[in-house]
Amino acid sequence: MSVIEAQGLNLTFQTNDGPVHALRDVNLTIEKGDFVSFIGPSGCGKTTFLRCIAGLEHPTGGTLSVNGMTPDEARKARAYGYVFQAAGLYPWRTIGGNIRLPLEIMGFSKEEQSERVKKTLDLVDLTGFEKKFPWQLSGGMQQRASIARALAFDADILLMDEPFGALDEIVRDKLNEELLKLWARTEKTIGFVTHSIPEAVYLSTKIVVMSPRPGRITDVIESTLPRERPLDIRDSAEFIEIAHRVREGLRAGHIDD
Amino acid sequence: MTKVGPILTVVLAIMALWYVACIPMNVQETLTAAERAGAVVTPDNARARAEVGRFSLMLQNTETLAGSWSVERARLPAPHQIVAELWDSTWTEEVYGRRGIVNSGSLSNKSLIYHGWVTLSATVVGFAIGAGLGVLLAVGIVHSKTMDMSVMPWAIVSQTIPIVALAPMIIVVLYSFGIQGLIPKAVISAYLSFFPVVVGMVKGLRSPDAMQLDLLHTYNAGQGATFWKLRLPSSVPYLFTSLKVGIAASLVGAIVGELPVQRGGLGARMLGGSYYGQTEQIWAALFFAAGMAALLVALIGWVEARTLKRMGVQA
Repeated sequence: MSVIEAQGLNLTFQTNDGPVHALRDVNLTIEKGDFVSFIGPSGCGKTTFLRCIAGLEHPTGGTLSVNGMTPDEARKARAYGYVFQAAGLYPWRTIGGNIRLPLEIMGFSKEEQSERVKKTLDLVDLTGFEKKFPWQLSGGMQQRASIARALAFDADILLMDEPFGALDEIVRDKLNEELLKLWARTEKTIGFVTHSIPEAVYLSTKIVVMSPRPGRITDVIESTLPRERPLDIRDSAEFIEIAHRVREGLRAGHIDD
Repeated sequence: MTKVGPILTVVLAIMALWYVACIPMNVQETLTAAERAGAVVTPDNARARAEVGRFSLMLQNTETLAGSWSVERARLPAPHQIVAELWDSTWTEEVYGRRGIVNSGSLSNKSLIYHGWVTLSATVVGFAIGAGLGVLLAVGIVHSKTMDMSVMPWAIVSQTIPIVALAPMIIVVLYSFGIQGLIPKAVISAYLSFFPVVVGMVKGLRSPDAMQLDLLHTYNAGQGATFWKLRLPSSVPYLFTSLKVGIAASLVGAIVGELPVQRGGLGARMLGGSYYGQTEQIWAALFFAAGMAALLVALIGWVEARTLKRMGVQA
């Protein structure tokens, strides 16, 4: 069953220097339970596409459906949780309070709020940090808290815009591993924007390679890796082959310039 | 407490400069007083001395200058004279004076405590009106494009009008409606204090970045939730900064409002002092006002520190 479906999607920004084609003729289907990575150089429209799915940007042409609805309807139905590059936790709220934020806005009862905060903290391995303030946590822990915040209201879709982009590689590896476990436990559909080829290959069931000017999809790679992925799978021949194909796809996009 | 050293150094430097400045400033009065006391002064009469420059007078009468720091009604009273006046017009007046609180049961109208209280009450009422109005205007400006376009320019224009020119008009207009006493002064003080609050609060309410607003948009949060959960808490540090500026402005407003009326208050006391050449009285009222301003700002700083601590800000 397809969760997200884009057909002939176009998005043109009108700027002072004339129109900018952020997305041109994007066709993509994301199935339920997929882990889809969007990879490409800056300006290829990967973040823009994710924001279109979230209803934060509005396409100027083509059709896009999320859970069979328009992106705006899906947003209003709280169909997805969104994780930004910066954790963006409120400094005046504790970790628990931050996770409670969407629950308060969506009108969950007090008991259910507490219950869900506990559950999601456990899910991202932050049990015991509920009463801490964000500045008391490391960058990686803050980003985990922001993932917990996106998971708290139990949307089927998780959209992540370079969530680990600002973290160092060691922390990033650990979080990638945890994210895969979390995905296996929750069976969410995940859209994940990244700059990193190993990250994309390690995490995804489907890798969408994009290229800029105009932003478009140049290749969609279905990963043949098993769902269970230890970190050392990155040294396997299969992994290297997929990474190679991604790299070729990125290069092909650039030759067009 | 590491601040004490630098502050003390500056205070001592100002004091030293002040005592030195007393000599040329008060040289005419000093020599006249010395002459009356029987000392030999050159030139030997006040009219002739008025023709001579301060510094040549000092050079010609180096032995008689010791009185520079104890002249009555000096042009520039020395710091210890001002401190003495402060003591006399607070403690001595209230405790030993015939009209003081100890002997009469009510504050003496010759004491700075009485006048300070008159000014303080107008300041606090004016500040409450000004700060409240400022916050409300800021909320309106942030949420309504129309208000942003229409109110903000007027708020800025309002601050370009000299308050000294406007204050008597406010008092006269309100008097013609039968309103006098504390309220006109509070209005003037609100007029001065609302502006920094509006500017700071608008900046604070607009301080959340695009990502923060996008996040709330993904939750489908309305304007109300965005305001209470994001904009208002984000604006708190900005609010306190402008409240500190605002309360100092309120005090200035209250004092300016007291100048034309002469019914008590530190402003009346300062102007009265200048009518009668009571320089010590002017300076004492000035320092009393400065002390009050410092206390008010410190009070807001204390509330700020407590609030921010409760909001989990790293100490």
